[in-house]
Amino acid sequence: MCGTENRFVEEIDYGTPAARSDKTVTLTIDGRSVTVPEGTSIMRAAREAGVVVPKLCANDMVKSFGSCRLCLVEIEGRNGTPASCTTPAADGISVSTGTERLQSIRRGVMELYMSDHPADCAACAAGDCEMAHMAETVGLSGNRYGMEGANHLAPSVDDHGINFKELDVSNPYFAYDPAKCIVCSLCVRACEEQQGTFALTVEGRGFESRITAGMDEPFLQSECVSCGACVQACPTGALQEKSVIEMGMPDHSEITTCAYCGVGCSFKAEMKGEEVVRMVPYKDGKANRGHSCVKGRFAYGYATHKDRILNPMIREKISDPWREVTWEEAYSHVASEFRRIQHQYGRGAVGGITSSRCTNEETYLVQKLVRQGFGNNNVDTCARVCHSPTGYGLKTTFGTSAGTQDFDSVEQTDVVLVIGANPTDGHPVFASRLKKRLREGAKLIVIDPRRIDLVRTPHVEASYHLPLRPGTNVAVLTALAHVIVSEGLFDEAFIRERCDWDEFQDWASFVLQPENSPEAVEKASGVSAELIRGAARLYATGGNGAIYYGLGVTEHSQGSTTVMAIANLAMATGNLGRPGVGVNPLRGQNNVQGACDMGSFPHEMPGYRHISEDATRAIYESLWGVKLDNEPGLRIPNMLDAAVEGSFKALYVQGEDILQSDPNTHHVAAGLEAMECVVVHDLFLNETANYAHVFLPGSTFLEKDGTFTNAERRINRVRKVMAPKNGYADWEVTQEMARAMGQDWTYAHPSEIMDEIAATTPSFAGVTYDLLEREGSVQWPCNEKAPTGTPVMHIGGFVRGKGKFVRTAYVATDEKVGPRFPLLLTTGRILSQYNVGAQTRRTDNVLWHDEDLLEIHPFDAENRGIRDRDWVKLKSRSGETSLRARITERVAPGVVYTTFHHPATQANVVTTEYSDWATNCPEYKVTAVEVSPSNGPTEWQEDYDAHAKKSRRIVHVEAAE
Amino acid sequence: MSHDKKFNTGEEHLIYMANQIATFFTSQPGNHAAKGVADHINSFWEPRMRRHLFEIIERGGQGLSPLVLEAAESIRRPKAA
Ligand code: SF4
Ligand code: SF4
Ligand code: FES
Repeated sequence: MCGTENRFVEEIDYGTPAARSDKTVTLTIDGRSVTVPEGTSIMRAAREAGVVVPKLCANDMVKSFGSCRLCLVEIEGRNGTPASCTTPAADGISVSTGTERLQSIRRGVMELYMSDHPADCAACAAGDCEMAHMAETVGLSGNRYGMEGANHLAPSVDDHGINFKELDVSNPYFAYDPAKCIVCSLCVRACEEQQGTFALTVEGRGFESRITAGMDEPFLQSECVSCGACVQACPTGALQEKSVIEMGMPDHSEITTCAYCGVGCSFKAEMKGEEVVRMVPYKDGKANRGHSCVKGRFAYGYATHKDRILNPMIREKISDPWREVTWEEAYSHVASEFRRIQHQYGRGAVGGITSSRCTNEETYLVQKLVRQGFGNNNVDTCARVCHSPTGYGLKTTFGTSAGTQDFDSVEQTDVVLVIGANPTDGHPVFASRLKKRLREGAKLIVIDPRRIDLVRTPHVEASYHLPLRPGTNVAVLTALAHVIVSEGLFDEAFIRERCDWDEFQDWASFVLQPENSPEAVEKASGVSAELIRGAARLYATGGNGAIYYGLGVTEHSQGSTTVMAIANLAMATGNLGRPGVGVNPLRGQNNVQGACDMGSFPHEMPGYRHISEDATRAIYESLWGVKLDNEPGLRIPNMLDAAVEGSFKALYVQGEDILQSDPNTHHVAAGLEAMECVVVHDLFLNETANYAHVFLPGSTFLEKDGTFTNAERRINRVRKVMAPKNGYADWEVTQEMARAMGQDWTYAHPSEIMDEIAATTPSFAGVTYDLLEREGSVQWPCNEKAPTGTPVMHIGGFVRGKGKFVRTAYVATDEKVGPRFPLLLTTGRILSQYNVGAQTRRTDNVLWHDEDLLEIHPFDAENRGIRDRDWVKLKSRSGETSLRARITERVAPGVVYTTFHHPATQANVVTTEYSDWATNCPEYKVTAVEVSPSNGPTEWQEDYDAHAKKSRRIVHVEAAE
Repeated sequence: MSHDKKFNTGEEHLIYMANQIATFFTSQPGNHAAKGVADHINSFWEPRMRRHLFEIIERGGQGLSPLVLEAAESIRRPKAA
């Protein structure tokens, strides 16, 4: 495979977490001297010295507990045999780990354990059981106790199996077999400390104690979120991946990056031949530090789903069935169609859309194809519909379009302000790290129309929740600034040094205007002045303050203004340029950051350089041998407008489903329908493909090499672990298309594409695959000044020079409630599903979310005669759809909420046509609607379904040799 | 389906977008609002959109905010199609 030798990535388990201390101690272990930070356990110190102490109930991800007694050691001059996992290393002590006395105690311990462990344990046989490994390590040969005593192994015939609990296979991805459990509590600690869900407890005492999920429920019914941390921690086969039970242990592995969300977790893809056995989060992954969520760890089954299309297809008209063709035929068809259309309708009549699910290298090639091959700048990305305001807002205020921190930074934060984001669902691994910090005492402010989970979750409670009316972010943020300025809570020294003082003074006088006071804003936002004042004081004075925000900020008609309001707050309080603070956009899809960095926007070349800059164009013109257009191209909504008007006729869409993800489905459909050649390059016949003339099969992240850039600007490697089922990685397909159009591209490997990116983009100048191999990952800017990347930006000064304060006047959205549409709809996502759901819907994750539901407050429901789970009609000025209701107090009266993971729901039939003033990012988060009882799907939904079915017909050809 | 759509034509949408930009720059200090609008449109609007804007202006600019009209002289005229 890939011409390289298969390897198996091994990681060292140090037994207990690293201690953080500046002081060190030096001790001797089995005659070896070792120096470690104070607070390090003897177990960890031993491992660092190369001595492996037997253990069962400890690992280096959670605090030690000292229950198995296998890790005992002797310390010279001290009595007894302390557990090395709970005993700290001390200066000058001398430790022995393998005396005869210790060995015999360990044999005794293991003998007891094994007497209550199934002899036919599959995990032992598969080699995935620490128990079996330890039994062997300590030299256990027989078992004097036999298996007849009281045990946990079988249902009670006599009284022996009193503690027997049934095998639990309710979770689709892992099984819990209590018979194999030794109650070491590693799973309980993993769930608490790593994941922060507290779903597991030890019930009963002593020999009767058992691990139970929730209120002694099956895992699936409990509050378990299926992150898998407990499964990974389990030293026996009690908690085990079903895939391992079915397929046996993996034989090789590679390190790669999750293709779901913007956290960008690193994983070991553990393989058997060409099949994934399991994904195990990688401890050295700097974004996730060995943790993951249910999507990344378990939801990879879509890669082999039967719906995947593996052969290229063409059709004359979108009402025709699909016809399978060879790749050559597909390429030459696309090339001749695009050529014909440009000839007939002009150079600007064609364009491309890059994907934030594809790699940086693939994205770079698509924009290159558009600029070099099509000769225009009509390239855009679906990041348009999520984070384009981040680009505009942060570039204007700070000078660069990216989050300021790394995820580690949260460990030094004292006050966290989360606005318009729902991290436990949208960015679960970051949420786990955040909750850990909150349990350590950091304070939390949540600004969100919904009572998101973070507001109150085990051992975490927000100090302030500001449940504002959708659409009033700017008003509330400016009111926070009002309090900070009027009460003198700003950081004058910071502002004088780092920002433009005159601009600050102008801004300060603006925020002090009476209409920006908390009392004035209370009416529009529905948030009491008192809450606004309290939150402002806490953020300004509580120590290191960090802001994390998501689509609830950007997807508004004032999205860009909101981002600038956030930047103003951080500058005014001096919360920038060091660890623990900052402004951090939580990016939706895995490579939103990368797609933006790679020049996916119609006005920008890679590295955020405007297309009108002659010097920038010159770099590419000399390399690519063409003259580049110096005019900005069309953005997605403009492309659709132009299509309807007849001047835009052909589109190449890589890895996006604009029909489902873009607002106002009717308008998107009309635009696509007006085009003469729509090329969809994707894994599945997605909704957009219903309007396509050419389908090019795509490849999954498991099937290609490349890089993704996560929300911390971290460039992570994606590594190919299996051959592409469709034959070609996406970058190869784009390359062949370009060649068919006459471009002379000869990339043999994505690393060569990265070399071109580095050679032409200052902020990527130092990035090479060799560097990534050495460092694991780097955060851009990575160049001469920062050879191994930049974890925290704007240290000592802003990228643009002086930080810029911008007035942020609140403008109420034109999407207004009224008698006919009295409720405000806002949209979001949930943990188990991802974006438009194309991947996750094709995995067992549907068990957690098999349909989109409309959340509605009991008061509003009652007024309309709606009961829980009733079908309701959701109607706006744009359209209507039907779905089931869920009655909940999470949403305030007057607000309803839904997700958009299922095409049948068609939530975007309803959402508005308004968009951000600066970037056209659609206003998903506010739509005036009415909700009424209904008896099932609307006519449009049924029509749509019929149309979708019809347009997915394929005529298969006989395999031609 | 009959819905009260906000924008019946691309032109209405274009006018709305131009006015949104004007609203933002109106709130900014100094007398640079018109320049702000023009710079923004020059940076982000594809020639087709700017051409369309000029057509509207030449027809009398109905629906456009005064600031957009004021900005027009600094908006780059696209080359003829
Ligand atoms: S899978 Fe995760 S959430 Fe569920 S019990 Fe295990 S650690 Fe807790
Ligand atoms: S979806 Fe996000 S949080 Fe979950 S494993 Fe993937 S990158 Fe990590
Ligand atoms: S590993 Fe130390 S007591 Fe279990």
